[in-house]
Amino acid sequence: MPLAFLDDFRSAPVVKTLLGELQAQVAALGRPIKIMEVCGTHTMAISRHGIRQAAPREIGLISGPGCPVCVTSNRDIDTFLELAALPDVITATFGDMVRVPGTRNGLAEARGQGADVRVVYSTLDALDLARKHPGRDVIFFGVGFETTAPTVAAAVAQAMQEGLDNFFVQSAHKVVPPALEALANTPGLALDAFLCPGHVSAIIGPQAYEPAASEHGIPCVIAGFEPVDILQSLIMIVEQVRKGRAAVEVQYSRGVRRDGNPAATELLASVFEPCDAEWRGIGVIPGSGLALREEYAAHDASRKYDIDVSWSREPSGCICGAILTGLKAPADCRLFAGACTPEHPVGPCMVSSEGTCAAYFQYEL
Amino acid sequence: MTDEFNTGDNRSVLLSHGSGGRHTQELVQGLFARELGNPILGRMDDSATIELEGRLAFTTDSHVVSPLFFPGGDIGRLSVTGTVNDLAMVGAVPLYLSAGFIIEEGLPMADLERIVVSMRDASREAEVQIVAGDTKVVEHGAADGLFITTSGIGIIPAGVKVSGAGARPGDAIILSGTLGDHGVAVLSRREGITFDTDVVSDCAPLGGLVRRMLETSKRVRVLRDPTRGGLAASLNEIASASGVSIEIYEEAIPMQAGVQAACEMLGLDPLVLANEGKLLAMVADQDVPRVLEEMRAHPLGASAAVIGRVEQSDRARVTVRTVLGSRRVLIMPSGEQLPRIC
Amino acid sequence: MCLAVPAKITEITNGVATVELGGITRQASLMLLPSASLGDYVLIHAGFAITLVDEREAAKTLAIFDELAAALEESQNTETGQEP
Repeated sequence: MPLAFLDDFRSAPVVKTLLGELQAQVAALGRPIKIMEVCGTHTMAISRHGIRQAAPREIGLISGPGCPVCVTSNRDIDTFLELAALPDVITATFGDMVRVPGTRNGLAEARGQGADVRVVYSTLDALDLARKHPGRDVIFFGVGFETTAPTVAAAVAQAMQEGLDNFFVQSAHKVVPPALEALANTPGLALDAFLCPGHVSAIIGPQAYEPAASEHGIPCVIAGFEPVDILQSLIMIVEQVRKGRAAVEVQYSRGVRRDGNPAATELLASVFEPCDAEWRGIGVIPGSGLALREEYAAHDASRKYDIDVSWSREPSGCICGAILTGLKAPADCRLFAGACTPEHPVGPCMVSSEGTCAAYFQYEL
Repeated sequence: MTDEFNTGDNRSVLLSHGSGGRHTQELVQGLFARELGNPILGRMDDSATIELEGRLAFTTDSHVVSPLFFPGGDIGRLSVTGTVNDLAMVGAVPLYLSAGFIIEEGLPMADLERIVVSMRDASREAEVQIVAGDTKVVEHGAADGLFITTSGIGIIPAGVKVSGAGARPGDAIILSGTLGDHGVAVLSRREGITFDTDVVSDCAPLGGLVRRMLETSKRVRVLRDPTRGGLAASLNEIASASGVSIEIYEEAIPMQAGVQAACEMLGLDPLVLANEGKLLAMVADQDVPRVLEEMRAHPLGASAAVIGRVEQSDRARVTVRTVLGSRRVLIMPSGEQLPRIC
Repeated sequence: MCLAVPAKITEITNGVATVELGGITRQASLMLLPSASLGDYVLIHAGFAITLVDEREAAKTLAIFDELAAALEESQNTETGQEP
């Protein structure tokens, strides 16, 4: 499966065929249909490939809260920024967090003021930092859903095994299914279907979406990320809606198994436990967060460091919350592309690499 | 004197090498003059004196690339080709360069020698002479190994008019070769990002290629080398300067498999990666077949392709036609390219 | 949510795989996919292999597109009365 294989899932003739099939299905349905793409990577892919413009007008694609950086509350961000400002602490994070603004400033500014902030590709790099700097605490900002959280669990387990006592995680991890439940219960949203995240599903497996389908009657199709995957998933959704079905289907069959990735989910469950978590724009969703278990307290930054962020505030005028829940679009925000741009972001939706506003600003006509 | 100059293993650059005394003399004569030698430099006057006639092009650039050595080149080669290319992009024939070195104390002398030899080779390839220079050495920590500033002079032949403001609706946009090679090659060596790749920097002097193009057509209206900020930055700058709209076709952009793979793996956008041996040209549509043919016959233009078109519009902007056949915007890149994961 | 790319395992040493995609090679931990073997295609995310890529499923998906294309062409030819 060299690059040629990826190319197959982007090939122009296949795309053309699928667009044709989608037109036909939508024509047979005969009404508008509202689909939420849960995953931020899907939002980006849809905008990048111009899928909104190419798909039939009846297909309404709304972005959801699947951008882990975007749904991280200012309180969590400010806590991490306070940690970053501590002397002798090295903070490590994935790239997307660096430009996200907290109440007072962002990581990039903190770095400019002398904070030792390192961008890493992998939690394993953060472990390496801890090994290389034994006299200093290395604190990794754990942001991400079920695709990323297992990689953090693996790092914590490794640190425990090695006795790397200067490695810490500040967890702001969240899980997807409770959010879908909250969305399904959101008055006024009236979704016809969920376009579900392919890689989260590779970990948690398709049964995680059964409640949305069976209890709320919302079709769920688990989609890959290439243009062809997304188009095929839309076809599958329209077909279900036409037939009045509400089932969980896997379009991304090459990546998603019946039982997900058991090794990953087991490791995740052994290191983390569910907790209540605050989602920007939605509020607290019970059981939607991940906290380090008692056995791993030695690597929990929140246990070692008591940080006061009572001054933390969400930015005013920013409607990231409504955008994350699909109630508003970026164009509805009076700050969009004016006061709020990637260079001067007010909220995280504009600056995260998977943020809805960033996708619209960057790609939409 | 030159025989005594030893760049053996234990030698490194000292503060005294930059202080203007005997050590400086040794360094300048023993390394710089020896490698870059030409009659003008050889005079060692306070200034190079040159006789020139015609329209001059003049440019300057500072090179702070890290790491100093990367697959396919080094800071030395880059400093020469970068300045040569800036001259070529306004249609000038590059002639003379100056080179100022700010060296961090402790830089291994062997590294400096390698870099100077690189500059020698690049200058020969580009058919330019380095006729003036300066050397300073700063304390440990005050420069990232080595910074090089090059300035360059060239002559623009009569009748040649190439400018960023020259694009006209209907012009075709030609890219001289594969996109993103330099960006990926440098990233592959930067600390913290480890992957092995056979992608090498495309760092090369484009004077010869440009000369051929300008001899073939009088309607090469814009030339630009997409360095920092890549294709996205260059196209947006041109759209703005010329007051036109630009559309490029995603599928038409030549890219090496290794560059594509690196972009996939690291979440990079190939359209903002730096290129150091490629050019964009906006050419009158009717001249395109001949210009392309000439370019493809040149080693640095073998993969040249038409990648888009200039359009009439009241909005100066750049759009991309995607594989789905729809359009999306290509904005001016902002900030550092951060590798994204999630 | 998840940038992950398919790559082929060309070497495994101590639970760390060398993976290759289009000539680019990287290291990836197999901590989350201990059952992976040499020659497998895996999805890499943040330095870890997170799932196997099933080539047969991929081929099946692509085959569906071929069928669709054939069906579409046939229905178009039927409409215009042309020979396929």
